[in-house]
Amino acid sequence: MQMSGAQMVCEALIAEGVKTVFGYPGGAIMNVYDEIYKQDGFEHILNRHEQASVHAADGYARSTGEVGVAMVTSGPGFTNAVTGLATAYMDSIPMVVISGQVPLSLIGTDGFQEIDAVGISRPCTKHNYLVKSVKELPGILKEAFYIARSGRPGPVLVDIPKDITAEMGEFEYPKEISIPTYKPNYKGNERQIKKAADAIKKAKKPLLYIGGGAVLSDASELIRELAKKTEIPAVETLMARGVMGAKNPLLLGMLGMHGNYASNMAMSETDLVISLGARFDDRVTGKLSEFAKYADVIHVDIDPANIGKLVDVDYPIVGDISTVVQKLLLALEDVNTDNYRAWREILNRYDELHPQSYQDSDEVLKPQWVIERIGELLGEEAIITSDVGQHQMWAAQHYPFDRPRQWINSGGLGTMGFGLPAALGAKRGNPDKTVINITGDGSILMNVQELVTASEYRIPVINVILNNHFLGMVRQWQTFFYDKRYSETDLSYQPNFKALAEACGGIGFDVTTKAEFDAALKEAIEQEKVCFMNVAINRLENVLPMVPSGGALYNMLLEHKDQ
Amino acid sequence: MQKVRRVISVIVMNESSVLARVTSLFAGRGYNIDSLTVAPIPGSELSHITIVTKGSNKVIEQIIKQLHKLIPTLKVIEHEEMVEKEMVLIKFPIDENLSDIAALCSAYNGGIVNVGVDMVIAMASDEPVRIRHFIEAAQRYSPCEVVRGGVVAIER
Ligand SMILES: Cc1ncc(C[n+]2csc(CCOP(=O)(O)OP(=O)(O)O)c2C)c(N)n1
Repeated sequence: MQMSGAQMVCEALIAEGVKTVFGYPGGAIMNVYDEIYKQDGFEHILNRHEQASVHAADGYARSTGEVGVAMVTSGPGFTNAVTGLATAYMDSIPMVVISGQVPLSLIGTDGFQEIDAVGISRPCTKHNYLVKSVKELPGILKEAFYIARSGRPGPVLVDIPKDITAEMGEFEYPKEISIPTYKPNYKGNERQIKKAADAIKKAKKPLLYIGGGAVLSDASELIRELAKKTEIPAVETLMARGVMGAKNPLLLGMLGMHGNYASNMAMSETDLVISLGARFDDRVTGKLSEFAKYADVIHVDIDPANIGKLVDVDYPIVGDISTVVQKLLLALEDVNTDNYRAWREILNRYDELHPQSYQDSDEVLKPQWVIERIGELLGEEAIITSDVGQHQMWAAQHYPFDRPRQWINSGGLGTMGFGLPAALGAKRGNPDKTVINITGDGSILMNVQELVTASEYRIPVINVILNNHFLGMVRQWQTFFYDKRYSETDLSYQPNFKALAEACGGIGFDVTTKAEFDAALKEAIEQEKVCFMNVAINRLENVLPMVPSGGALYNMLLEHKDQ
Repeated sequence: MQKVRRVISVIVMNESSVLARVTSLFAGRGYNIDSLTVAPIPGSELSHITIVTKGSNKVIEQIIKQLHKLIPTLKVIEHEEMVEKEMVLIKFPIDENLSDIAALCSAYNGGIVNVGVDMVIAMASDEPVRIRHFIEAAQRYSPCEVVRGGVVAIER
């Protein structure tokens, strides 16, 4: 069928089953917005900043498993979107971002709002395209979605010059697609899997090390089955919270810089690491030469480049986590769970010795209490997003995550300002769930304009601001490592958060006691409006345990005198 | 960690910005490029890029995997057994000893390829190590300009 490039974009989105597009218009993308106006195949949500559009699409993708879609104009629209692309790229989130570009004839002339979008986004996209003719547009859109969601997922940018969205062309959306140079391997090598299974059977102290790839691969059920069958204990990375389920007796907790004692000790003493979709990030490993020093390593990952990048691997398996775990299960039919009993007992003792805990108080609210309380009241029912800082780590440590895709945070890039827009996306994708953004008084201001978006579209996300009047995580480092020189981290000067929420059409609460917290949360849920809960917490609370950066995992600070 | 020299061939789809993808990968991840050549493969939609790089074995392994990961990359060949050649052009003042220069060039599969009013241009093509020797030897004849072509390689 003959149609304009702009129509093609809309038709392709509909053909891909896209229900929600997050975006912001401008000159170079106006032709597409004109077609959006005319169609009713998908809804468009007008965020109030392009960064928020991309984070919202990202939150939508993380919470639903579908490809998130954002749309922005050229120049500043695109550069605003870059942080969103980089955030999604670092966490391998499937996303397609469509950006307008100046007309072909103006490219290279420093035209108005011209910027080299494919050049800028090359290091923070899985792939990107500058469309050079309307003929190639349908194929490129198809490829973009396919590349975004297949293999190791990631964001793909399609940059479309304005004249191409105006030009007429033949639209036939490809049904099938094959890119000869791009063939992700899902299967996993049978021989390697067999060898890995043998190694597991021989091990005395094996450990499941579960990463974000397990979420992306929807492997939670299978991994729980693997743990149950083998009775091998498990640790999760920040990105994998929820995969094992908080109540799972085999889950030791989160490992890494703010991991709990048992998890970090397990990694330090294990004789066989079974890595499922984790990538040995420096925030997880601490000092590399001390990391899992006594262990052989089985590394399952869909991206061969992750394998052997940081840690030498004895059993490399390139493949999809679900597929490989399924095969491992078969190969482990005759596993003897008694082999690991002594090991489990050691780890249980570690956990009894130093459980994940905190000192509660009657005088001041503790952030950990707030998070545990949300967990008690909402548990599995809620989706929790977060920003970046202490609140993020407390949430990861203390919320009882029971299922994958319940915990949404920027792990790889660590983007402050992610939480609120991601919550919007998550709520749009999961209207029946309560969506709570656990945030800090610093982070929340980085995309605070999204209060307006939330109000306009009636997206009632609840923002729990753990307010310590500090850029808390940076302040914590200054306390520990910079002799308390609090350089530029004091946030005593604050907006009136309650009034701010109200000014944008939402509701606000100032909370200083446990009773007030319970009452405010109840009301927030009932009112179904975007909400700020400004929760005054202990100013100098620290995130513990902590492995000082560059230190070995087993050298954790378990307490601090200022606590 | 000990650095090794490696020649890597990358076969890529011949599309716009593919070379930028390859080079920005090296720049962004801090890998070395000693030499890089690229040209289309006749009768196909592919290009052949030859890269000479240096790095520890771990880095080389990452380079290869990261190159593989680029969507337009069809194949990455790390040469163990291969024939490597490089070409060089050198400009000499015409009052140098031209017969000596010609003799030197012919020892390196080359010769004098252009004679101007006050310059001659000489060419040599040989293994990269020998090209280095050739350039050293040429210093005797006060070369005004040296242009190396970069390494091309093919599996034996
Ligand atoms: C965009 C961005 N800028 C800077 C940082 C560095 N950073 C990491 S945590 C943090 C403090 C966050 O403060 P707040 O949001 O109040 O959370 P808290 O740590 O107090 O819980 C900063 C500045 C970052 N991660 N992202």
